[in-house]
Amino acid sequence: MSAGVGVDLENLWIRFGDFVAVRDANVNIRGGDFFSFLGPSGCGKTTILRAVSGFLEPSQGNILIGGKNMKGVGPNKRPTALIFQNLALFPLMKVWENIAFSMEIKGASAGERRRRADELLEMIALEGQGDKLPSELSGGQRQRVAIARALCAEPHVLLLDEPLSALDLKLRQHMRTELREIQKRVGITFIYITHDQGEALTMSDSIAVMRAGVIDQIGDGKTIYNDPATPFAASFVGENNVFRGKVKQVSGDRVLVQSNRSGDLLARVSSANIGKMKEGDSAMIFIRPEAFQLARTGTEGDHYVSARVVNEEFEGNAFNIFMEGDGGKEIKVSLPNHGQSFDSHKGETMTLRYDVKNAVAMPAGVLATE
Amino acid sequence: MSLPFLRLSVWVYLAIFFAYLLGPLVIMSVTAFNSPSFPSATPWECLTFDWFSALFQDQRILNGIRNSLLIGAGTVVLSVLMGLAGALMLTQVWPKLRATFYTVIIAPILIPGVVLGISTLVFWDRINRMLGLGPDSFLSSGLFLTIVGQSTFIASYCMLVLVARLQRYDIALTEAALDLGASHAQAFRKVLLPFMRPAIASSAVLAFLASFENYNTTTFTFGEYPTLTIELAQKVRYGISPAISALAFLIVVLTVFAALANEAVLRRRELVMAARRQATVAELSGGGLRLPGFLSGNVAAVLLVVMAVGTIVVVGTAATYRPDQCIADVREQKRLEAEKRAEELRAKREAERKEKAGSEPAATAPAGAGGANSGSFGSVFNPGALQGGTVEEPAAKDGSNSGFGSVFDPGALQGSETEGEAPSGDGATGSGASGGFGGVFDPNLLQGSGN
Ligand SMILES: Nc1ncnc2c1ncn2[C@@H]1O[C@H](COP(=O)(O)OP(=O)(O)OP(=O)(O)O)[C@@H](O)[C@H]1O
Ligand SMILES: [Mg+2]
Repeated sequence: MSAGVGVDLENLWIRFGDFVAVRDANVNIRGGDFFSFLGPSGCGKTTILRAVSGFLEPSQGNILIGGKNMKGVGPNKRPTALIFQNLALFPLMKVWENIAFSMEIKGASAGERRRRADELLEMIALEGQGDKLPSELSGGQRQRVAIARALCAEPHVLLLDEPLSALDLKLRQHMRTELREIQKRVGITFIYITHDQGEALTMSDSIAVMRAGVIDQIGDGKTIYNDPATPFAASFVGENNVFRGKVKQVSGDRVLVQSNRSGDLLARVSSANIGKMKEGDSAMIFIRPEAFQLARTGTEGDHYVSARVVNEEFEGNAFNIFMEGDGGKEIKVSLPNHGQSFDSHKGETMTLRYDVKNAVAMPAGVLATE
Repeated sequence: MSLPFLRLSVWVYLAIFFAYLLGPLVIMSVTAFNSPSFPSATPWECLTFDWFSALFQDQRILNGIRNSLLIGAGTVVLSVLMGLAGALMLTQVWPKLRATFYTVIIAPILIPGVVLGISTLVFWDRINRMLGLGPDSFLSSGLFLTIVGQSTFIASYCMLVLVARLQRYDIALTEAALDLGASHAQAFRKVLLPFMRPAIASSAVLAFLASFENYNTTTFTFGEYPTLTIELAQKVRYGISPAISALAFLIVVLTVFAALANEAVLRRRELVMAARRQATVAELSGGGLRLPGFLSGNVAAVLLVVMAVGTIVVVGTAATYRPDQCIADVREQKRLEAEKRAEELRAKREAERKEKAGSEPAATAPAGAGGANSGSFGSVFNPGALQGGTVEEPAAKDGSNSGFGSVFDPGALQGSETEGEAPSGDGATGSGASGGFGGVFDPNLLQGSGN
């Protein structure tokens, strides 16, 4: 198998007429990494992938694969293989012919192709199914055939466009681990596109969070989750509670924010925003549902929040409490289920406590909708 | 309204509908096997296959079929190629000009074929002259002109068929092929073309049929290559023969045969797909997948086989069957009938004559008294009777077997002279002859000879 090579996007702009689909993207993807683009629908993920595989010429900026500028290089000449959002398996070819298509192009004999296809079929655990048609396979099997077909071309970079979105939850989770394993085994660079933050976090070495054509943050899963750079990244990746307010006092990486309805709250400035917050600026503090603990009712302080309980639910691994929050949104609190007894507190006012290092502050900005 | 009544009327409607659709074809097919030389289904005279041999001995028809096939093949190739190019252009290039382009390409279908024929002729004549070629160049040959002329509008039909299929094509398939290293030509040949194959096949069939039956355009362009339709049209001008029915019958049979074969193949493919879906992996890879027999669950295939057997039987019979005896019998029978008729007529005349002789003294009897046929004899000075008397001599000399009976009866004379002719002709002359008698005929005479 070929070794993975790096992919670099330099000041990449892609426009469709007046519409800017990708705005000044700068990304360095290391060879052999599993790199994800994470963003909501329509934010330009597919557009970036199509530009990397050569179906779209960038309006501006460069794409480098293995250090080589790809300007003017057609899709059939690039060392990439794309797994399409809808897979695009050839419906009239048998599974093994699909897989070995790239060899047929190079003029390999039928026997050679068949042998290679069988090897790959074994790798994707579909031995003996080579004589079926794609329409005779299940969704997950088709998925794996598409991967095998792409790998058969021995690309240096494999591009995957939301390959798991059509699968049901169980299969999706199974395929996540499988994809990751395949990636480790073949050792090539994977560029993966998804709007599912769970997928991105579990599989990726590195993630780029995208919003409407702009890359908000690039980092590994832990950084993205624990230390988001923008309100969008904070609210799009995982669940988060937002507290709005004005900066009251800044000291180093600590900031005291006068929140709209929960009093003064102390928080840690996210790494990307250190030095960017001044007194009087509007600010946002993000605290994850699992970062709260129950405290004695009525306790006051800069890391306590009191609010009335409006709803409760039992999720199996956790008890969820919903409390009256800022701007009509509810504060969600998630208490892990250790088998403790849990009494309903609906309608009562409760007090929550959090660790300051788990509360992330940043200048106010756009949130992810939903 | 009750339900059974409703159901009944639906059946009646269907019966009428199919009778309307298929009736002419059935009757025409019957005439191809009947011996009279004017295509007729009734009266049924003799089963004959002579019209088929007449057909296959007609050099002009054979030549027309050959030209039609030649031109059909050329039109298929040209139209499908142009149609495919147009369809690709329409669906994949120039999205902004799509509507305009569509209109331009559809226009030839809306233009009368006559206009296309004339314009083809004029246009290529211009080109021919511009190139300084003579009137016997390829560009002015009927073969080339007809193919080009027909293709102007048949290509549009093909394009419509191909566009319908292309619209269901996922362009991502071509992109996937390119992404896997294929050149544009390879992607076209290995991915798009196999996808288009069914539509290409149907548009080819469509193009061939449209070319085969075309008259309007071809009539201007055929030159020294008259097609079958042209030959038929020219033949019909000089009178129609059952040989043409025979040709039509063959075309109908071939069409039904092709339709059934197509249906049978489609049905079989369906069955195979169903079988594959139920097959286990072991069956598929071991090659042990047993497909259902060709005939099981395949109505079209059964009909096809029945039809093939039927054809073989008919052809076999045709090879040995000689209708000569039957035709001779019919001729003999017709002669006898005519004689009988003549005799009856003579007897009637005789009776009339006697009656007339009997009633002559009572010349003043009321007109209605003698019945319907005596009405015209109201006057004794009937010039018809006089006329009848003048032909007395030759009639007696001529009709050898009409020596007995009335010598005054010109109907009998006529009957024996024309006995070999078709009944309709007999009737016509019969009525004409009796017209000579002025009022001296009765409706029975006319009816009798017309039978
Ligand atoms: N060919 C095109 N012409 C015009 N606009 C386009 C074209 N392709 C994409 N766009 C626009 O660019 C934006 C980004 O599209 P893209 O397909 O990259 O989204 P995406 O992030 O992949 O979304 P999804 O998750 O739904 O697949 C969209 O607003 C889309 O409307
Ligand atoms: Mg997309």
